[in-house]
Amino acid sequence: MFDIAVQVISWVLMLSGSVFVVIGGIGALRMPDLYTRMHAASITDSLAPILIIGGLLLQSGFTLFSVKLVSILIFLLMSGPTASNALASAAMLSGYKTPEEERES
Amino acid sequence: MSEIFSVFLLILLVTTAAAAIRTPNLFAAVMLMGIFSLLIAINFFLLDAADVALTEAAVGAGISTVLFLSALAFMDEYERARATRRLAPLGAVCVAGLLMGYASLYEPAFGDPSAPANSHLAPWFLEKTQTAVDIPNVITAILGSFRGYDTLGEVFVVFTAGIGVLFLLDAPKSDGLLTRDEGLRHYLIPRMVGRLLIPFILLYGLYVQFHGEYGPGGGFQAGALIAAAVILFTLLEGQDQSLRVLPQKVLTGFMVSGALLYASVGLVGMLKGGTFLDYNVLSSDPVSGQQIGIILIEAGVGLTVTGVLLSIFHAFVARGRGRSS
Repeated sequence: MFDIAVQVISWVLMLSGSVFVVIGGIGALRMPDLYTRMHAASITDSLAPILIIGGLLLQSGFTLFSVKLVSILIFLLMSGPTASNALASAAMLSGYKTPEEERES
Repeated sequence: MSEIFSVFLLILLVTTAAAAIRTPNLFAAVMLMGIFSLLIAINFFLLDAADVALTEAAVGAGISTVLFLSALAFMDEYERARATRRLAPLGAVCVAGLLMGYASLYEPAFGDPSAPANSHLAPWFLEKTQTAVDIPNVITAILGSFRGYDTLGEVFVVFTAGIGVLFLLDAPKSDGLLTRDEGLRHYLIPRMVGRLLIPFILLYGLYVQFHGEYGPGGGFQAGALIAAAVILFTLLEGQDQSLRVLPQKVLTGFMVSGALLYASVGLVGMLKGGTFLDYNVLSSDPVSGQQIGIILIEAGVGLTVTGVLLSIFHAFVARGRGRSS
């Protein structure tokens, strides 16, 4: 009974994480300008790995694998937002203008 | 299930390759090549070639993307349009592709135990690794010991490439450069997070170096990872600071001493009465002699790869910054 519950929770977590990856992908293609696209795409490196790795952690239990998974998660949670920050500030410094700003000026 | 995934990956591979060729924007092409390398690394992993996958991910997706970008810094971002259509090369490529597709029809199935690749030398390697070398990772035993000559050749190829680039581009010197490279010193978030990550990347590089006998890894992958950590440091703190911490002389020393270490392990074997690169004579017990030999030559490989990759990177960056004389 307990095993089945763990399996169900783990699959729900992994599948919902995958759904967020797809949403991020759609958003990165459909959004109008760079900043909103980044906003959509950043789901894939913040919320989605938490859910997917959370699901995988339930599958692995307390083993060496779970330690590795947690360190991967910590790495992703630190590097992903930093990369987004670097990308956005690089776009701003290089003089990128959103279509809306272009129309105003 | 894994077949579906493989087909999906291969379609993505072809798409990325086509996109990289088609785009006139060189920056986009470099990024697409990075994605291509990452996809092919996943493919290698699906085929159970974890060592190759690790190399491809570290060198192909990581270091070579950085090298391409540092070369792009002193080039135009857009490819010049070509006036002529090159039909003859296109025809040659199509014919070669069709021939290869035709030849692959007669290939033995993946994992077929009666295929020549699996019945000729592979059983001998699997058996000998257990008795003669006694390490779990057969790949490391083959690369380091059974085929040590090949790996020696590879190290010298890497070494020669490094020397060649240094001759063409000049080793970077801190004085005489037009601009001061401050890196991302004024950008708080990337700098802080990067500084936090560098020690862990270095630690992982050393783990891959010294754990190569037990798991996927070895000198090539470790060299690329350690070089990646130093490149991250260079991006954050600027080239001047990076060359102050690890001067070009030290990097050149890494290049030379790694190749020398590898070759001298072979010579010591000869002096002790064996043949070149025969590790059995390195210790009183042949098995531990093999293990000592493999650890030493992997260290040589790691040193050379780190030195060469960092020298090439610094040479490109210094050239992009321009020089007063």
